[in-house]
Amino acid sequence: MNHSQEETSAATKEPLLKIENLKKHFSIKGGGMFNSKRKIVKAVDDVSFHIYKGETLGLVGESGCGKSTLGRNILRLQEPTEGRVFYKNTNILEQNNRELRKLRKEMQIIYQDPFGSLNPRFTIGQIIGEMYEIHGIASGLEKEAKVKEMLELVGLDPSRYHSYPHEFSGGQRQRVGIARALALNPEFVVADEPVSALDVSVQSQVINLLMKLKKELGLTMLFIAHGLNVVRHISDRVGVMYLGKLVELSETDNIFDHPAHPYTAALLSTVPEADPKLRKVRIVLKGEVPSPANPPSGCRFRTRCPLATELCVQEAPSLKEIRDEHFVACHFPLEKGQSLKEAIELLNKEKIAN
Amino acid sequence: MDKILEVKDLVVGYKGKNGFVRAVDGVSFDINKGETICIVGESGSGKSVTSMSIMRLVEFENGKILNGEISFKGESLTTKKADEMRKIRGSKISMIFQEPLTALNPVFTIGKQISEAILFHHKIGKEEAWKEAEKLVRLVGISDPEGRLKQYPHELSGGMRQRVMIAMALASEPELLIADEPTTALDVTIEAQILELLRNLREEKKMSIMLITHDIGVAAEMANRIIIMYAGKIMEIANTLDIFEQPLHPYTKGLLESVPKMDGQRGVPLKSINGSIPSLNEIPDGCRFSPRCPFATEKCHQEAPAMETRGDRQVACWHVDYLLEHSLLDVEEEGEISIES
Ligand SMILES: Nc1ncnc2c1ncn2[C@@H]1O[C@H](COP(=O)(O)OP(=O)(O)OP(=O)(O)O)[C@@H](O)[C@H]1O
Ligand SMILES: Nc1ncnc2c1ncn2[C@@H]1O[C@H](COP(=O)(O)OP(=O)(O)OP(=O)(O)O)[C@@H](O)[C@H]1O
Ligand code: SF4
Ligand code: SF4
Ligand SMILES: [Mg+2]
Ligand SMILES: [Mg+2]
Repeated sequence: MNHSQEETSAATKEPLLKIENLKKHFSIKGGGMFNSKRKIVKAVDDVSFHIYKGETLGLVGESGCGKSTLGRNILRLQEPTEGRVFYKNTNILEQNNRELRKLRKEMQIIYQDPFGSLNPRFTIGQIIGEMYEIHGIASGLEKEAKVKEMLELVGLDPSRYHSYPHEFSGGQRQRVGIARALALNPEFVVADEPVSALDVSVQSQVINLLMKLKKELGLTMLFIAHGLNVVRHISDRVGVMYLGKLVELSETDNIFDHPAHPYTAALLSTVPEADPKLRKVRIVLKGEVPSPANPPSGCRFRTRCPLATELCVQEAPSLKEIRDEHFVACHFPLEKGQSLKEAIELLNKEKIAN
Repeated sequence: MDKILEVKDLVVGYKGKNGFVRAVDGVSFDINKGETICIVGESGSGKSVTSMSIMRLVEFENGKILNGEISFKGESLTTKKADEMRKIRGSKISMIFQEPLTALNPVFTIGKQISEAILFHHKIGKEEAWKEAEKLVRLVGISDPEGRLKQYPHELSGGMRQRVMIAMALASEPELLIADEPTTALDVTIEAQILELLRNLREEKKMSIMLITHDIGVAAEMANRIIIMYAGKIMEIANTLDIFEQPLHPYTKGLLESVPKMDGQRGVPLKSINGSIPSLNEIPDGCRFSPRCPFATEKCHQEAPAMETRGDRQVACWHVDYLLEHSLLDVEEEGEISIES
């Protein structure tokens, strides 16, 4: 029995959120200096999955594949183009402003770019304290005490209550954002790259903090990050996105030990090791990431996939459960029992054969 | 070797209620032509302030260079006038800022911002500059550059914004590139591509790079030498392989051990250095790291160790010899250490 498994699966199988056919499309100006025809960017394109109560769901994928957009739309911080998001069985997308405001207390976000999300004219005491005031939870000295407690929790000196965002270092600002998001003991948090701006030691403190909140308060979290070792450490399940689509979703060990999607397998081969002697051969994917305004026909990964066939050009694979609790969108998923290494070798062999 | 940058005894302060607090407190290092040095250290240790001082940008944030000397190719930067500095910034020395949104202007398109940076240094036409901008944007791995150039910063993803900033910093073909956490928002594949790009520029153009990163993996891959910084001071400087092979400073050791391993056990608390970095107005007496250091002795609490040279390495710690012979485990087992000093 794996001890760590037991600890992390405090999650029940009861969905807290059900995301159904969620789409977010942006209309942008066309290419070329003088061409002004508008194009549609399908940043999130028909994504469906559940987030179980108490689980940490890691979300990974290349820059620009739609992770932040997905996170923002689930919380309705941006209006989705289409789809449904059920939180405790009510469709958030149908709620009016008043109902939404109540929900905001339970659902929070830690933003990717802390500088852009903190108002430069307010002190951090005001920025975090505002959370308590808006929801009528505390004011005055009581509020100040609560804010200072939060600051301490994220490893910031409470005596900096009156400092402004620009007076902090990058990593300190990120922690202000974390303190703000966690201030109201939310039930669900979208954490968008919460630790990527942090050094390893603060990073481990924050990760330990998030794991503790999860264990003690049952916090449910969508954890967006590109640091695969961090995602592996904290997540119960992991979802992999590619160009607006969810291409793989399963329990963390499944994803890391038996990735079924060729993209996931390639992604896993690129993790840098913190030891120069362990540098390994990376599978750097061929070709550039296609533009989301002009995605390939059929499978969106086919232009870079070493396993692609004619079928992949013709037909887009849908997300299917290929094994127990292991969802993949690929016509030719890798078999179970194939270790990561074998999967990579297979990819390489196919590469040579082509 | 040709030194391109020399920093000597740099002290940088911010005005607080009771005078200046020192965010950087006596830092000396140099960078050779074509060399990449990485500055590694916990959040708040003064990495960004050091780089902003080289660019002479601290002045815009109520900061002041209180002491020390910074010279670029033998010329002092500390005494340069504001307009002379402006010419150097973004041409001979460029900087990739830690937070893209601080550096990008929200009201102009990406294309306008990059092509302006190009036009600032090259005497070419607008259309040509726009074409150059396209090339740069492609180089940093953004697809559909033509379309992207017409977008505004808020329309890009976090990682794209970061890469746009990298493109902008490279637009002037700088001799020294200061890159403050340039790949934090990037996934591993694109990070690999950007690091490759930087390596090529180092080889082909002999560009020197001062790379600030908290990712020891990135430092391992990129750096010729690594500088370990803590609470405004340098703790250790050494060649990359040496640092990993045999860290001489307890802080370096602690940093190396708190990296989550790909084969580590999941779900269990990560190792981290006890305690946290002191705030600037509570810098402890003696060695700054002493309250958190498992090797600390009475002497450490009283007197700050000076930077000492050992072969081609430098380290500031009283007990390097002891550390060379004992692991952290010994200390934990014995509960305390006894060292004659
Ligand atoms: N404008 C300012 N006013 C007051 N203090 C400041 C200012 N800018 C930075 N500081 C302080 O100086 C210290 C060093 O900050 P710096 O930004 O250099 O840290 P860093 O090493 O880059 O950290 P990070 O990894 O989080 O970016 C921090 O304690 C920070 O709060
Ligand atoms: N407001 C907007 N207007 C137009 N396009 C947008 C907007 N916001 C996002 N996009 C586009 O949607 C796509 C997905 O962006 P998103 O920010 O979700 O990516 P991401 O996966 O979070 O990437 P990163 O890892 O770089 O943060 C990108 O192509 C981006 O340019
Ligand atoms: S469907 Fe085809 S192209 Fe797409 S990932 Fe699977 S094998 Fe590759
Ligand atoms: S001088 Fe003392 S306290 Fe400082 S790092 Fe060395 S052993 Fe630790
Ligand atoms: Mg994002
Ligand atoms: Mg910084």
